[in-house]
Amino acid sequence: MRFQDEFRDRTLVQNMATNIRRMAERLTAPVNFMEVCGTHTMSIYQYGIRTLLPEKVRLVSGPGCPVCVTPIGYIDKALACAADPHNIVATFGDMLRVPGSHSSMMEQRAGGADIRIVYSPLDAVSLARNNPERRVVFLGVGFETTAPTIAASILEAARMGLKNYCVLAAHKTMPIPMEILSSDPELNIGGYLCPAHVSTVIGATPYSAIADKHRIPCVVTGFEPADVMQGIEMLLAQILRRESKVEIQYSRAVSWEGNLKAQAILKQLFVPCDAAWRGLGVLPGSGLAIRDEYAQFDAERVLTLNVPDATENPACLCGEVLKGKLTPFNCPLFATVCTPESPVGACMVSSEGTCAAAYKYGR
Amino acid sequence: MCLGVPMKIVSKDGDNIVAEVDGVQKEASVMLLGEEVAIGDYVIVHAGFAISRLDEEYATETLRLMREIYAPEDMA
Repeated sequence: MRFQDEFRDRTLVQNMATNIRRMAERLTAPVNFMEVCGTHTMSIYQYGIRTLLPEKVRLVSGPGCPVCVTPIGYIDKALACAADPHNIVATFGDMLRVPGSHSSMMEQRAGGADIRIVYSPLDAVSLARNNPERRVVFLGVGFETTAPTIAASILEAARMGLKNYCVLAAHKTMPIPMEILSSDPELNIGGYLCPAHVSTVIGATPYSAIADKHRIPCVVTGFEPADVMQGIEMLLAQILRRESKVEIQYSRAVSWEGNLKAQAILKQLFVPCDAAWRGLGVLPGSGLAIRDEYAQFDAERVLTLNVPDATENPACLCGEVLKGKLTPFNCPLFATVCTPESPVGACMVSSEGTCAAAYKYGR
Repeated sequence: MCLGVPMKIVSKDGDNIVAEVDGVQKEASVMLLGEEVAIGDYVIVHAGFAISRLDEEYATETLRLMREIYAPEDMA
């Protein structure tokens, strides 16, 4: 496959590792580089990138998995939607096994709730068209990569005049949590491997606040092993030159301005709102709410969803893992009580969660 | 969640394309793309939508730089 195989070349990656080790010899202190994208997390574990790096270059996983940062209260609301036999809940597969306060979508589906996994939000719109007597509630979770696809589904439903399609929206936007983590002295982040596919939409420019204000180098990096290695090399080079700027390693897919059409559709449908992040709390302006003009497609406004306050398993350390303060191996539940078959926290559920990656590849 | 797959466009009808990777074909929409794409172009497909066109020139240039800087003979 073009654009993939060439970036997985073992010799190339090993040569890059040699170069990174040489560069690291010039570091005066160890550096922490954070990746904030679940696909990076998976790639780093899958290709054993950590084993190729010198001790002085540490990789830390941040809040890069949208499913993992979704608070339990949202799952409880989704479960409330599914409990009404009038509703069909449509969702990406990742959400199915995330535990709510008392149950999960998977359990509720086994109990008879009509919950369908879709590949595209447009499939959920088709479900609504084909089931005019029912209401389809789509679970709108995801960062700027996914939010435009959900926005497009609302536009499509509006175009078709559907009155039985709505979205339970919990979209989040990326640069804000990175800014919050940038000033955390405990984390001491020395560089960001900025998310690749989020950046295809938002472009590389939004990271400049982090590079300028917090003096942290940012490199928008692709997912293949040679991409990740080059991203790390570019971050190291900036540190050795005492620079902090935004660079694009993943130039074959990401530009400075991003995908303007997707941005316009986002703006048309959504307005920034405060959003609760698992592990990080409520971050002002870090979410996307459906605009008033499209209120008829907003599940929060169409349905009455009174759910009690959520309860989390107090032993679950997902929150600390999402901030990069603990690794999965520090959690007493990891691989004992909490496994992919029987997950306790969202980081083990999502295929892109740090705990799931560590369980699959890291032990 | 943000998983995107680089795929080659094999047919196109208005905003709807069929794209292929490793022999697997999938339908997708190009309504979120701001630029024109044609059969033979590579795009990143996410949740049934092409979200970005892959630029062959940049891909080739990135690889050239990687190979040039990290040429094995320089590593001795």
